[in-house]
Amino acid sequence: MSKVETMSEDGVIEASSIKEEYSQFVGRKILLIFASLVGIVALAGVAATLGSANITPVEVYTAILARFFPGTFETTNFIDTIVWKLRLHRVLMAIFAGMGLAVAGAAMQGILRNPLASPFTLGIASAASFGASLAIIMGAGFVGGQWLIVGNAFVFTMLASMTVYGLARYKGITSETMILAGIAIMYLFSAMTSFLQYIGKSEQVHEVVFWMMGSLGRSSWDKVGIIATVTVVCTLILMYYSWDINALGAGDETAKSLGVSVEFVRVFCMMLASLITASVICFTGTIGFIGLVAPHITRMMVGGDHRFLIPASGLVGALLLLAADTVARTIFAPVILPVGIMTAFLGVPFFIYLFLRRRKDYW
Amino acid sequence: MVKITIKDLSFSYGSRSILEDLNLTVGDSEILSLVGPNGSGKTTLIKCIDRILKPKGTILLDGGIDLQSLSRHEVAKYLGYVPQSTTRALTTTVFDTILMGRRPHMGWRVKVQDIDRVVEMMKLLHVEEFALKDFSELSGGQKQRVLIARALCQEPKVLLLDEPTSNLDVKHQLEALDTVRSIVKKTDISAVMAIHDLNLAARYSDVLVMLKGGRVHAVGDPFSLLTEENIRTIFGVEAAVMRDLDRPYVVPIKSLNAEAV
Repeated sequence: MSKVETMSEDGVIEASSIKEEYSQFVGRKILLIFASLVGIVALAGVAATLGSANITPVEVYTAILARFFPGTFETTNFIDTIVWKLRLHRVLMAIFAGMGLAVAGAAMQGILRNPLASPFTLGIASAASFGASLAIIMGAGFVGGQWLIVGNAFVFTMLASMTVYGLARYKGITSETMILAGIAIMYLFSAMTSFLQYIGKSEQVHEVVFWMMGSLGRSSWDKVGIIATVTVVCTLILMYYSWDINALGAGDETAKSLGVSVEFVRVFCMMLASLITASVICFTGTIGFIGLVAPHITRMMVGGDHRFLIPASGLVGALLLLAADTVARTIFAPVILPVGIMTAFLGVPFFIYLFLRRRKDYW
Repeated sequence: MVKITIKDLSFSYGSRSILEDLNLTVGDSEILSLVGPNGSGKTTLIKCIDRILKPKGTILLDGGIDLQSLSRHEVAKYLGYVPQSTTRALTTTVFDTILMGRRPHMGWRVKVQDIDRVVEMMKLLHVEEFALKDFSELSGGQKQRVLIARALCQEPKVLLLDEPTSNLDVKHQLEALDTVRSIVKKTDISAVMAIHDLNLAARYSDVLVMLKGGRVHAVGDPFSLLTEENIRTIFGVEAAVMRDLDRPYVVPIKSLNAEAV
């Protein structure tokens, strides 16, 4: 196999050279995944330095490591408090929320074979908004106390995806039926939210609007824990199904002929994607754009193989949301912009750049 | 030996019956072509055999295994489905498209044997030069070969082809079918194909099955089946059949529709 990789005289390409080429092709994807991982760690350090108190990246990393290796690394109480109590959970929240939304988007686009599928186009986000509005304006909800808004957003999100599933089931679970059912649900919940806003008091409406813009300002270690657990577990399960999702991309009939239980995979993976989305946006509000565009950006970089696309989308989503939140916190400091506004401002130029320079059709 | 036995197979979309009481057998190492007018059930039958659609009746594999008792995975190891090349698909490279055919055999990780099999099939179908090109960038003929390579990666005993020559020019029609025939003759794989072109069917098939209105009208070798009489009944077309070549050749003359009204 150590032959020089050239075409032999009769123009036949050597088997070993095809294999070599393919393993380089796969290697490049793995390299890109590692690069994004390094990018996140670096950006996380920078993000934690930015804010009203000035600390350097080295101090941030030292403070983080000091908790794990108390003897080896020394930090001050002041820096420890800033890093651990104020900034780090927000940084991690951005990372895991971004990852979750992007993974959910990538999975939905693959399962439904549709470039416009995202938690927003399928009515999931508008259901969450309705749940939150109900809690804010009417004070009504499933769980009381501080979890009122969160609980409502979560329950309505899951309710919406169950309804989409139920409607589609009636007509047969294809990507078209699910998308049409999702769009119907989206308009229904939007209208109900508008109605609540119409009858609500102005400060309540203001709160609803703010919630719908999405923000990481309500982050805490508990919430990070929940989001991280759900996101990581669901992402791993979705990755386990990545061959099936790839096969679905070749059409339902082909997928069936390759041994995929099409309806089960579609419904199960949709539920996982909905679960991730619900757990993220019930804490953050509806952060748009990441779930739709992070998978597209990633697809342009690593291609359509879901074994790589799903984890890579998660990392790109994490990077995007972390970058957006960092800018949103600092650009008009001390005023903090809702991150939902910033994600589009940062992501759209990048997306358009990739979109214009790409050579191939990705859909 | 008999590869596939179909007994009393029926299928309907709601109340509209598509296939009725079909009985057929597919033998070893043979090419069986399904011919008939649009809507006669050719494609539907292919999909029923691959359990993409759920028909009533029995389909036995290898003379005894009930298709219904197998999991999708097991069916995928027995039957390789080649869809029409116009089937819209998400973008992947040719290599990944063919690798998907290994799915019934592999777990999450791709093994060396899987890669070897993919490369072997790429060489067999002469698509190795496109290995890392996007599937969607290929021409119709190239796509068809890639799809056949994918089905062969499943290591099936029977290939099911849904109109393998649609959208291909004359040269590629011949090439696609030459490929199928050489695979069938070299291995003990059989092929069942739905095909429109009677002359291509006659030229490449061992057995022809004429379908009309979801029923088998006639079964036999090309010479005995392609008669003026049969073509008139099945297609409603006046045709001349030339029989002095090595295979019968159908020359359509005019549609009989005007008279039927």
